[in-house]
This record gives sequence, structure tokens and C-alpha cells, in this order.
Amino acid sequence: MGSDSKAEAIKRAKVLMVGAGGIGCEMLKTLALSGFQDIHIIDMDTIEVSNLNRQFLFRQEHVGQSKAKVARDAVLKFVPHINITPYHANVKDPDFNVNFLRQFNVVLNGLDNLDARRHVNRLCLAAEVPLVESGTTGFLGQVTVHVKGRTECYECQPKPMPKTYPVCTITSTPSKFIHCIVWAKDLLFTKLFGDKSQENDLFVCSDDASNSEKPMEDIFKRAPDEDPKQYGKKIYDHVFGYNIEAALVNEETWKNRRQPRPIFLRDALPEKLNLQNTNPEKGCLTDDLSLSVLPFLSLNNPQEVWNLAENSRMFLESLQLFIEKREKDIGNLTFDKDDQLALEFVTAAANIRASCFGIPLHSLFDSKGIAGNIVHAVATTNAIIAGLIVIEAIKVLQEDFENCRMTYCLEHPSRKMLLMPIEPFEPNKSCYVCSETPLLLEVNTRTTTLRDIVEKIIKVKLGMDLPMVMQARTLIYEAGDGLEEDVAANYALNLNKSLANLPAPVTDGTMLTVEDFQQELKCHINIKHRDDFDEEKEPDGMVLSGWTAPEKVGVATSNGESPSADHQITLEPTEPEVVELDAEMLDTKRKLLATLERKEHEEEDHEVLSILVNDDDDDDDVVLLDDHPEANKKLKLQ
Amino acid sequence: MDREELTAQETALYDRQIRVWGVDAQKRLSKASILVSGLNGTSIEFCKNIVLAGVGDLTVMDDRLVTEDTLQANFLIPRDSDAYGGRSLSEVCCESLRDFNPMVRVSAEKGDLSQSEMEFFDKFDAIVVSCCSLNAKVAINEKCRKRAKRIAFYAIECRDACGEIFVDLQNYTYAQKRSDGTVERHLSYPSLEEAISTPWRNLPRKMSKLYFALRVIERFELSEGRTPGKLSSSDFPSILKLRKELCDAQSLNESHVPEKLFERILHAGSKLHPPICAILGGILGQEVIKAISGKGDPLKNFFYFDTADGKGVIEDIS
Repeated sequence: MGSDSKAEAIKRAKVLMVGAGGIGCEMLKTLALSGFQDIHIIDMDTIEVSNLNRQFLFRQEHVGQSKAKVARDAVLKFVPHINITPYHANVKDPDFNVNFLRQFNVVLNGLDNLDARRHVNRLCLAAEVPLVESGTTGFLGQVTVHVKGRTECYECQPKPMPKTYPVCTITSTPSKFIHCIVWAKDLLFTKLFGDKSQENDLFVCSDDASNSEKPMEDIFKRAPDEDPKQYGKKIYDHVFGYNIEAALVNEETWKNRRQPRPIFLRDALPEKLNLQNTNPEKGCLTDDLSLSVLPFLSLNNPQEVWNLAENSRMFLESLQLFIEKREKDIGNLTFDKDDQLALEFVTAAANIRASCFGIPLHSLFDSKGIAGNIVHAVATTNAIIAGLIVIEAIKVLQEDFENCRMTYCLEHPSRKMLLMPIEPFEPNKSCYVCSETPLLLEVNTRTTTLRDIVEKIIKVKLGMDLPMVMQARTLIYEAGDGLEEDVAANYALNLNKSLANLPAPVTDGTMLTVEDFQQELKCHINIKHRDDFDEEKEPDGMVLSGWTAPEKVGVATSNGESPSADHQITLEPTEPEVVELDAEMLDTKRKLLATLERKEHEEEDHEVLSILVNDDDDDDDVVLLDDHPEANKKLKLQ
Repeated sequence: MDREELTAQETALYDRQIRVWGVDAQKRLSKASILVSGLNGTSIEFCKNIVLAGVGDLTVMDDRLVTEDTLQANFLIPRDSDAYGGRSLSEVCCESLRDFNPMVRVSAEKGDLSQSEMEFFDKFDAIVVSCCSLNAKVAINEKCRKRAKRIAFYAIECRDACGEIFVDLQNYTYAQKRSDGTVERHLSYPSLEEAISTPWRNLPRKMSKLYFALRVIERFELSEGRTPGKLSSSDFPSILKLRKELCDAQSLNESHVPEKLFERILHAGSKLHPPICAILGGILGQEVIKAISGKGDPLKNFFYFDTADGKGVIEDIS
């Protein structure tokens, strides 16, 4: 009987779970209850308080411990005698190579970042192990199945890259609050408290020649005996007052834009500054991360939006507190959303800047979400998605691939459905990951260096961590340790050379081969020379293409229709709105519904649905249920 | 509306979900009182979800003793017969549920809800029933509707690899956010009895077949005096006979309620499929959270999920 073979398949299965967080806990519980007996889990994280609202295998007393290990222990309590092997490690570790993966019948992802997902995707393709992918944000979720050769791989549909912003938008012409946050977090905070050796110009826009001589450095350097209060006031007037005044001089910039107004302390805090005594009681030991200005300013509601005066006080007090209480940290801090004082400072700074530019101010709570790239999450969606994952996993184990589905969990029903299954699509013939089709890179081969290609294209866009680059049969670069000195030196030299000047010149028409051994991925890039690039649209001076959506063939439907070109549900705007069903979401859903309604004639159960991409608004990039790692990376100036 | 703020502890714990539904909704949740009658794999999923969400209190009712049989699909019961032996499901589950969120008061109530005093109902904002006969479900639903305060009523049932949720919010008004502004919506839910009395031939053609199948099974269990969920393949012929009777009475073609569906459900017997429990328990969790917080479009009034087609479908039967 079918059910016995199903039970057998489950009992014999060896399953790898990647992630023991929101989806992971629910998944592990469901797998164990469903009769799985050999489960391996990889998770590099430790438990935090904010996890406890949904990662129900963890308790308060587990905070700080390994998620994989605690999850295992918790599950064994109600399903003893099964094998659960936890790995408190990063799935990108070389230990988890293709051979390691080959031992599993299926891999189930419960990850929260694109980088790891791509990595696992490549390993699964190389090991030829089916992968069940998933993601959730708020009430939305999805489960997709990837079987090599039969379905798309995870990367057949180019995933939206984490949002980055043109430098000028951040340094000179912000129009949204998130621009102010990025400025405060990655520029100002870093300038004041971070690594001084980093190049960091808060106000320079590359087309603004007048700024190139300004000696900014001096102002931010604090003399050892300089009064922290005075220092703070000086910084305030500098970044919110004088620099804005200077920016107004260039009329071109403001021709079609709302002019910012400089804000000086005397305007924001007209009454005589009476900074409270911010020194906590001498006997009181607060750890650095909990240090906070909030109680001193009686601003105890993180949902409240502070006015300009309150933000200004917050700016000064938090800056002062950093100097007085955390001097040792100054010079090597990076922003951490769980560093309360850093968060307060960044919120205040972003809000004052927003005031200058007429952008609405935000609360500490909202700022934390934006600055920390927090993904909002609830237990119910994770539970639903985990159930769907296990259902797909069981189909995969029985090799019942025809019945595998991609399932979308919707907040608003579409044609009466809250859970919507669609058939997986066939592999994309031009996917460079699973189909070995070459890519095209347009680049100025005379000015672009090999380093630019390696860092921005190969590592970031192609997601290869340890690449090897060849031109015909010549190795022009290899990453990694263990290289001989002269070989490594040669590569170091190559990195600094422009493409056309490499020992094996890379010019128009050349093809590069790039390989990553750990991911067992090889791909080809055809180079096309171009002299000019658009500053705003192509800030890197390089354009990678050829990674197209799949052709309109392959998936049969009852009435012969094919999926449309872009079939990705885009869900989350980069500024997570706390509660409101914002306009973009509703718009996406309406488009989805409209498309589905067009297909109303289909009667078969396995309908194929086209889902539109909402990409009209360039600014509001939407990410498919992933977090947004390090949007600041693109900000470093040349 | 009470103006007191969430505590720092609550704000820290609920941070990620407050970012989904907001502080006001969280406050309303923290004042809500929920009752769950009938504990099995599906309803305990719901219990977990609602406790994690941070309701004020949860009361569970199920006097059945914990046995091997009741352990299936249950992650609340430690597999240690010393720990659970001789104790009721509600007692044991209650203890585990408390661990999920110390800020929620979880308690076990003895007795049979369908026999409970009317006043007992008044404590609750929402009542969820599972493992329940048709008569009991209807009786409890009627009691909910008779009280002065509106008590949301939910019935949840899983069989084999499929399941059903029924929702009754009586007269429900809420603010619906749309792209063109906020609109006040009024929904009028039928009682369970009213809903299932809808003549079958009046229902849309492409309706979930599970609806009909479960109505037949419900009737069968009732007329044969069987414990809900304890049928088996040997009941197949009798079930088909009842199917014919009911379909004839409703002037509906028998093929509308496929044999295969009954085969599956009966063959599964009392066995639960944990992924289905998770899915249904999750959907139900969201529904109760919506109704308590007054945020979001509640589903009206039946929800079905079946692994066979993988769809989670809402049917409006009124």
C-alpha cells in the first residue's frame, strides 16, 4: 500500500536541515513527529531573546547557546530515540562540501539570507541532492522544490540583490528616511566611532569638485582634552549646519530637488542647553550594550517619534556618553542594532538629517528595524511553511516529482486560496548556475581592474567565495591561502592591473572562466568593452547580463499557455512598515489577482500561474524574503 | 481602550511580531482569553501559536487520559510515562504550554464543554473545539451566540492528510485597510447549524469536496454513536450508503463526493499527519489573532487544506 512505502521512505531517509531558527524549529518538530529518524542540522547562530516569540524550542535560559544543539535536545524530549546531529557551524564552511551533502536524500533550507541560499543551491546541484527552499516574512511565505535537471534551481530566477544606493543619494541628495539611516549608520557613525583607516567622506559626491580639497578629517578628530560636550556641539553644527550650507552652493544639484535647510544647534535647541548629568550612578554597572540615554531624557516609548529638539538632545547626549563611558570602543566599532547607545545615536542623527531634507522622522523602533534589517516574523507562518516543507520532502523521498509543488502562503486570498500551489518550472536554459550558459560582462577594459571584477562581480554578484579566474588556459587569479609566495605575489599584481593590461590581456571578445571548487561551480563570462557608463544607473561601471528569465517553453498546462517571463513574488519593501498593509503590498497582490483571474478558465488541478514582478518603482526594491546584508558595502568611494 | 504600555520585557520578546501587527494589536492580544476544548495534534499546534503570540490566558479542556494513542503528533508531552501516566491531556499539555511563554496564564479545566454552564463561556473571547461530535459542536456554538458578549467560535478537524476549519464571528465589524484608504467592513457569519444546513445543490459547483465528505462522516459518527475520528476502512460500505442517502436527499449527484476521499480518510483512521496539523494549526492561529486584534480580514467561513492538491481554500457557505 502506498502509505507503507511512504512510511518506509521516511524511516530510511537521511535529511539535512540548514537553519534552526524560525522555520527550522517548526521543521524539526514536524519532521520528528512525522517519523524521520536521521536528521542533521546546521546553524551557526546562538539564541537571542527576540527569537523566543516563535522559535519555540528555545527558552529564556538558553539565550547565548547554540540553536542547533538546543533544538535537538528539545525535540528528543518528545521524540526520543531518533538521531539528530547538530552542527554549530556556518554552512559555508569547507567541511560541508559536496561529498558531505551526497549522504543526504534531501536538503531542507530554513535560512534567512541570500548568500547562504545560493551556496547551498550550488552544493545541492553538484551533489545531485534535491533541495526544498523556503522563506517567510510576516504573514507571507513560500516553499519551493529544486531537483536538478527536472526543475529550476534556486538561482534560475535571478534574485533581487540586496538594495544598494548611489553614493550621491546618501551623501548629498537623500529623499527617503532609509538614506538618512544609511548615512548615519555607515558614514557618520563609522567616522566618529569606527575604523579611522577607512576612507569615508560624508559629503563628497563624485561630481562635486568643490569639495575635494576640504580637510574634513580635522573636525572629526577629537583632541584628548577636548570637552565631550563641546565636541558634540561642534560635530552637530558641522554635519547638519555648515555642510548643508556648503551643499546649497551648488545650485545645479537643487534645480529639480527640494532644497535642504541647514540646522544649527542654536535653532534646534534654542533654550540654554541643560544637558542632564548623564553619568549613571557610580555603583551601577551597566554593560556596554545596554547603555542608554533614554531614561535621562524621559523618552521611554520606543514607538514615539521624537521631535527635532529631542533628537538633537539625543544626538549630543549619546555622543557624550560614548566618549565618557566607552572610550575604549571608539575607533573599532561597527554598528550593531543591539547596541542600544549606537542605535539611539544613529536614530537621532538620521532624524536630524531627515529634518534638514524635509523627510518624515521615525521612531527608535522603526529606525532599529531599518538600520538592523530586521525581518518581522510570527510563529504561525513558520509553522505553516514548515508543514508544507515536510509535505514536499516526503514527495521527494518517494521520488514523486510530478506532484512536487511550489506553494505560496498568502495574506489575502487569491481566488479563494490562502495556500497556492503551482508546478515548479523547468530549468532555465540560460541559468549560469545549473546550465553552464555564459554570461556577458560589459566593462571598460582599460580602466577597470581585475580586483573590481573579482570583488564586485565574481564574489558579490556570482556569489563565489573562493574563485579561480582563467583566461583561456592562463590562471590570472586564485583566491585562498596555501598559495606559494611568488604565485600569490603574481596574483596580487594582477589584481591591481586593468583588464587590458593583464599578462593574458582581457579585452573585447575575451572569455573568462571562473570556478569555485567548494561550490563545484564553473561559469564563463564573455567580455564586451564599453567606454562609458551611467553614474547613477551603473555606478560600478560594469554591467553583467545574460542571466535572463527562462524562455516561455516547457511547462505544459491544460490549455497550452506558458508562464510569463518573470514569475517571482516580490514581497517586502526595504523599509519594513510596521503594521500597515502598505500600498506596494496591496498593489502586488492586486496584480497577482489580476493575473490569476485571467487564467480563470483552467480547470485542472495543476494550473500554472503567472505572477508579476512589481518593479515599476526603482527605489522600492523588494527582496524575496531575505534579509538585506550590508547594503553599505557599495558606499565606499573610489 | 486601555492606555497602559507594554512592559519592556514584552516589547523585547514580541519585537518581531509587533513589527507585523503593531503595538495596539499586541496589547489587545495580551488581554484576550482563549478556550480550547479537545486536545490533539492539530489543536495543540494552535495552542502553541496562540501562547507564543502572547494572549492573556489560555484554558484547555480535555479529560481524556494520556495514552500511547494520544501521544501521536503531540510535541507537548514528554515521552516519559512516569511523567504523564494517569494524568489528563489537559493537565500535561498545560504544563508544557506554560514553558513557551511565561507571560501567558495557561490553565486546565475539567469537564465537558458542551455541558458547561453558560456563565463559564463568558470568560472567553474565543473558543476553539476539536475532537468533537457534531451535536457537541453545534451546542457549543449556540451557547457562544447566546451570550451578551460576542464569543468567537472555531471548530478544527484533521483527518488523514486533509483538514477543515470553521469560523463563526457572528456580527463582526472591523477597519479594513485598502490602497485607497480605510473602510469599515461588516461581516455577518452564520452559525454552524445554519451553515451546514445550506442545501447542497445551492453551493457552488467547484466547491471543496472535503466539505461534503466531512458532513457525511459527521452524520455517520453521530448516528452510529462513534467517537469522532475513530472510523476505519471497515466502515466504508456504510459510509457510502449514507453518502447516497444524503446526496439523494440533497438532490446532489453522488460523484460530487468522491469515493476515494472516503477511502483515504477511513483508511487513516485516527492517525494524524503532523504537517497537516502544523498547517491547520497555523491558519487557525492567524485567524484567532486577527479576530482578537481586530486587524486583518478574517476568513469566512470554512477553510480546507488537502495534501492531494496542495491548496488551502476558503469557502463561504452561508
